[in-house]
Amino acid sequence: MPFIPHTEEDIAEMLASIGAKTIEELFDEIPKELVSGELTGVPPGLSEMEITRLMMERATTDGFYQNFIGAGAYEHHIPAAVWQITTRGEFYSSYTPYQAEASQGTLQLLYEYQTMMASLTGMDVSNASMYDGATALAEAALMAVRSHKSSRRILIPKTVHPVYRQVVRAIVSNQKIEVVELPFNTQSGQVEPESLSGFANEDFAALVISQPNFFGVLEQVDALTDWAHSKNAFAIGVVNPTALALLTPPGEWGSKGADIAVGEGQPLGIPLSSGGPYFGFMACKNDLVRQMPGRIIGRTTDLDNKPGFVLTLQAREQHIRRSKATSNICTNQGLMVTAATIFMSLLGPEGLRRVAAQSHANTLELVEQLEKINGVKRAFSGPVFHEAALTLSAPVAEILSKLKQKGILGGLDLQGHYPELGNALLVCATETKTTNDLQSYAEALKHALG
Amino acid sequence: MLIFEHSRPGRRNYSQSPAAAASTAKIPQNLLRKSPVLLPEVSEMDTVRHYTRLSQKNFSIDTEFYPLGSCTMKYNPRACNSLAMLPQFLSRHPLAPEDTGQGFLACMYELQETLKAVTGMAGVSLTPMAGAQGELIGVMMIRAYHESRGDFARTEIIVPDAAHGTNPATAVMCGFKVVEIATDKEGNVDLAALKAAVGPQTAGLMLTNPSTLGVFEKNVAEMSRVVHQAGGLLYYDGANLNAVLGKVKPGDMGFDVIHINLHKTFSTPHGGGGPGSAPVGVAERLLPFMPIPIVAKEGDTYRWISEKEKPQSIGRLSAHMGNAGVLLRAYIYIRLLGMHGMHRISEFATLNANYLMAELSKAGFEIAYPTRRASHEFIVTLKDIKDKTGVTAMNLAKRLLDKGYHAPTTYFPMLVPECLLIEPAETESKETLDAFVKSMKEILQEIELQPDLVKGAPHTMPVRKLDDVKAARELDLAWKPSA
Repeated sequence: MPFIPHTEEDIAEMLASIGAKTIEELFDEIPKELVSGELTGVPPGLSEMEITRLMMERATTDGFYQNFIGAGAYEHHIPAAVWQITTRGEFYSSYTPYQAEASQGTLQLLYEYQTMMASLTGMDVSNASMYDGATALAEAALMAVRSHKSSRRILIPKTVHPVYRQVVRAIVSNQKIEVVELPFNTQSGQVEPESLSGFANEDFAALVISQPNFFGVLEQVDALTDWAHSKNAFAIGVVNPTALALLTPPGEWGSKGADIAVGEGQPLGIPLSSGGPYFGFMACKNDLVRQMPGRIIGRTTDLDNKPGFVLTLQAREQHIRRSKATSNICTNQGLMVTAATIFMSLLGPEGLRRVAAQSHANTLELVEQLEKINGVKRAFSGPVFHEAALTLSAPVAEILSKLKQKGILGGLDLQGHYPELGNALLVCATETKTTNDLQSYAEALKHALG
Repeated sequence: MLIFEHSRPGRRNYSQSPAAAASTAKIPQNLLRKSPVLLPEVSEMDTVRHYTRLSQKNFSIDTEFYPLGSCTMKYNPRACNSLAMLPQFLSRHPLAPEDTGQGFLACMYELQETLKAVTGMAGVSLTPMAGAQGELIGVMMIRAYHESRGDFARTEIIVPDAAHGTNPATAVMCGFKVVEIATDKEGNVDLAALKAAVGPQTAGLMLTNPSTLGVFEKNVAEMSRVVHQAGGLLYYDGANLNAVLGKVKPGDMGFDVIHINLHKTFSTPHGGGGPGSAPVGVAERLLPFMPIPIVAKEGDTYRWISEKEKPQSIGRLSAHMGNAGVLLRAYIYIRLLGMHGMHRISEFATLNANYLMAELSKAGFEIAYPTRRASHEFIVTLKDIKDKTGVTAMNLAKRLLDKGYHAPTTYFPMLVPECLLIEPAETESKETLDAFVKSMKEILQEIELQPDLVKGAPHTMPVRKLDDVKAARELDLAWKPSA
């Protein structure tokens, strides 16, 4: 019996102790008419050898590609130690650290994670993570509305990841919060701070600012943050954690700094894995900490005055507050954060900076090479981090299909989310790409367009 | 010691990042970071040692028995991890074309189909990233269903008082008012109270069955009739599906929408608090409202169903498709167990729970619902012990840590005073259960002879009892270098 250790003798002794004749008898409180028959829709069991064969075949079917897609999930080198340590049984198979004395490993690690994320974002405090970047943004919007008290409207530029905007809308609309979209300058690919003057007489609980934005373009974060604060609205930064090694962190934007920073933590040591599990991060200024959702770890002392770590501010959470909780969330992405913390420790400040700088440089080099091809232009004039939008002289889907035949995933077709941009393609080259890779892509694209 | 305290300026791992520092001259000066990033400067060996040592300060399934009620802490097979981490799966970008992921999508499709088969639901979506998100999505579908029929008057969600805290929190997040109903002496939902609570304002009832009291809700068919007759829908919280897998299907019990905690019943790791994964299943009438994406199969080809084909969908609730890697682990687990293995899950989880309940009862512990069969879990109450000796459920829980056992769930459900909710799961052997009972007996003796020993527990952990009040009052949420 797979994963069940009972011998016939064990079963007999256990039933005798209970005073039952059969295991079936233990289900006698279930009304007969509800009992179902065999689970015919489930295939027969496989041995470990057989399932290994099957999964290897399926993995081989999927194969490997040269990936130039970013759009919210980024390929980075992950040091071998990251997942070897993360999948140690003591991390992998432990429960949520409610029993603090028996969970000091996870709790201390999360405290270290919070320290790293607070510093990376330039904020005072970080929670222990959320599901992913999109839901972290939705929770930040809810948090802003809770804290603001008078406005139930959120202003989100169209340069924010389109799926994030969908997720925010889906979640906040339950609470009758209005999402207002802000257009962008189609020349620069940025939000124009001047365009905000049209909202002078409207109230908002928060303005969302993405750095870099979905097109990889860098926004004028200082002016946007100051505008939000001049309107008595919160500024929520949506940031790429790799970029933060190079760029001004949200906590230092404008004259006062943004109030909440969120983002997708995947670039910090989490494999692409078809989209998950990743983790969302959330950090904020001290005065908002009691409105922050999710797990938070604090350092305290034990009976002997020795330092130790506990889940704290639990009075915000659903298992205590039930219907009055700040959120229904009852997990963080513990294991993903374990990987991210080990990843950040191995890279250190200079390592992460180099990853960011090399990704930036590779993308610039790729764009420079592609721009030389007839029929390829940069879509926007704004400065970029490690991603850029291009316009092609032919429909992007056709070109991507040709590139795929050469083993290259050439980027994201923007047709679906931004039809107004025409034949637009979003490309990304992180530090994992060599000069050779960039050249191969340029040659393949030239051929495909030719 | 914190990782930051191992840090030395200028120490670096040269193999782990680009050899050269590339130029950032093209980034406008005013956007460049001026403040340092507080990451440790440590060697690879320091890092490996530090986090290996931290891991050793944790309890885990791989090292200890976890009789943690309502959490289904079963063994996480290693093959599920290693096969889900094949490099092709790990390197696949979420936006890569469908034809580059047919192997992966085949697994996802078959997982959807299997979950439909075991729950009796008409459709399954894999997107929810945790139990609480499954609940949110489920309740959003209930709302979308009523609103699609022009019925905007349904503003209440009914929740039994024994429910997980996530149920009422979720209902509120969805903009509903929560109506709590009581539990009767036998541990069933008070049917009369339910009948009195339903009406044209009822959007739905959220129910866990078997309940968090560890008993099967005998009147579930009648409850289903009452709620449906009032025009409400029935939500099944799948937290305790492990107890009835292969015995009853939520679909047959009349539920319209369910979530399934893969990190419980389907043995994906808890990972120190996540990632979870909680696919939602729906009855026929909720099919149009399911969240996207969903995998479809046409001939031999798999593809994602998106917005265009599901115009009434409640939409997207994650940036991509949900927790793909967790879903792969659950798929591998299901294939390893197969049909007969699925049946055995609930059989042996129930056998273990009833055996442990019988043995603890014989050892002198008071069972909260002694006339009922245990499902896969049961409740011991220490009310009498506390009244006589002052020793609390929390004290006993902490003393168990000293004996090498993770504590059972304490103080939940809230309606049983000084409770321990105990769930052994099917993967534990009789010897483990017997040893646990022996330790519980020892603690019972200690309570009598040395109550202070128990009250001061734990004694053998890396730290002694921690000061929660201080943690909340003098918030220290991030390390700061000393000036």
